[in-house]
Amino acid sequence: MGMVTNLFVKDRVAIVGAGITTFMRRALETPRELAWEAARMALDQAGLTLKDVDCVVIGSAPDTFDGVHLKGEYLADGSGAIRKPMTRVYVGGGTGVFVPVSAWWHVASGLCETVLAVGEEKMSPAHPHPQYVFRYIWDPIIHRPLEPNLIWIFAMEMRRYMAKCGAKKEDIALVSVKNKRNALDNPAAQVAANITVDDVLKSETLVWPVQELDISPVTDGAAALVITSENVARQVTDSPVWIEGVGFTLDNQHWENRELAFPRYLNYAARMAYRMAGIERPWKEIDVAEPYDPFDYKELHHIEGLMLARPCEAWKLLKEGYFNRDGELPTSPSGGLLGVGNPIAAAGVMKVAELFWQLRYEAGKRQVKRPVHRAVANAWGDLMQAGTVIVLGN
Amino acid sequence: MSVSKLPGTKLSSKEMYSLPGLVESAPQAKYDFSAGPTISRFLQGLKEGKILGRKCPRCGRVYVPPRDYCEYCHVALTNWVEVPDTGTVHTAVVSYISVRRERLEKPEVIGVIRLDVPGYPPNGYEFAGLFHRLCVPPEEAMSDEVIGMKVRARWKPKEQRTGSILDIECFEPVR
Repeated sequence: MGMVTNLFVKDRVAIVGAGITTFMRRALETPRELAWEAARMALDQAGLTLKDVDCVVIGSAPDTFDGVHLKGEYLADGSGAIRKPMTRVYVGGGTGVFVPVSAWWHVASGLCETVLAVGEEKMSPAHPHPQYVFRYIWDPIIHRPLEPNLIWIFAMEMRRYMAKCGAKKEDIALVSVKNKRNALDNPAAQVAANITVDDVLKSETLVWPVQELDISPVTDGAAALVITSENVARQVTDSPVWIEGVGFTLDNQHWENRELAFPRYLNYAARMAYRMAGIERPWKEIDVAEPYDPFDYKELHHIEGLMLARPCEAWKLLKEGYFNRDGELPTSPSGGLLGVGNPIAAAGVMKVAELFWQLRYEAGKRQVKRPVHRAVANAWGDLMQAGTVIVLGN
Repeated sequence: MSVSKLPGTKLSSKEMYSLPGLVESAPQAKYDFSAGPTISRFLQGLKEGKILGRKCPRCGRVYVPPRDYCEYCHVALTNWVEVPDTGTVHTAVVSYISVRRERLEKPEVIGVIRLDVPGYPPNGYEFAGLFHRLCVPPEEAMSDEVIGMKVRARWKPKEQRTGSILDIECFEPVR
């Protein structure tokens, strides 16, 4: 283990429990009921009850998705936050990983010993399509008059990645094939499937180069983690999973002013987290990863931003099976957002929960083949500018 | 996670619409946005057929779209500069759907244009640029040739300009 360089941290922080609901379109349960289900499962797994919880961190993306304002307060009771210090964090799609990052500083600062960290999203109520809600994230003066739809941005990044890195659509589609296949072993999964590259290339073209099977679905769901001090962790489990590094940074919001082929917003955050974890060569020291994959090219983009592959080389390694569950550096063994689903804030928490199970060798059929000691997850959001990263170890 | 049945109940579309107590709500909210002093001047420039940028007195970056302040030096930007209405295509896409995800009859081509503003290295990470429509046929937009293609703003006729990003109809190839 490398030296932890941040000397101001008071307490070592562990994850001791995780919970998740089924990911689905059109959940019968309300958002707060989904939050409660995930929170309860996480506490049960940790062998703790609400009485043991000092603070609660809630993550949810824009209120407009669920159609309920003050989402944090709305979700508070289901998340166990009544009469407790509660924080809601929000960095768009980056929120899911920001939830455990925020829980980490609640504990590392010495403020709380046990934190319940909950991510929830219910996207299916918005009609005619939740995509329309994204209209309100654009600059009202110089972007909205062009009537942009959300997928424009992703298509622009994907095209730029293809142009700069020489990747073809069929190379990128392999991510979707891999993740949907991995999701077949995940009981939470919404769109697990055995598909081929050809299926992706024949699916509906939305904004070329992005086609329907390049994208994660519209999803409702919740996921939760129990995060504690070392003191509590040693009392409740023999196999705590340590949070060894956290990172969160922003790049310029004006993406018409920057290179889109490489995600610097993530690279800065990754360097911050690796430095804290004492990791100098992430491509050698990380055993399993959950890069954020709302789109297939995004997993490649993020693998490179996380420095698990050189810029423009992730797609080549993917073709060799390097990122498969039995490969040298398995990515998205959960099935990712492409296979399990994308309830925004809950999706990032799901990724961290998956690494928690992987590092405890509790992932069942999803357990990666190689031995695992260190893992990294990331998420991405705001106006495509925010990077959040967490490094875990067992 | 050894559980095989997780909490949560999925509804079919039919089940959802026959739920007792299903409430439909369409919030009506209207906003009037002020563009701020800097973008207002930029929009006035568009009305006059000019693309205006603003330069940082400390680091020398020319911002297009212009800002009030330098994002890196955090000092006020002072000098306005007119920049060329030409550039190269940084990235280009073809949209087959509307903002409501309805199928478009005629696909739209959109892209990011790296403007010919001096001071930025040709392959640098940062550049001055705009996000706009491209007057390029979809098939051409999907070809490798479009990336790096020289383009120029196609302006609306003067009397139709209103001081909007739409005063530029699109960027079209310089043939």
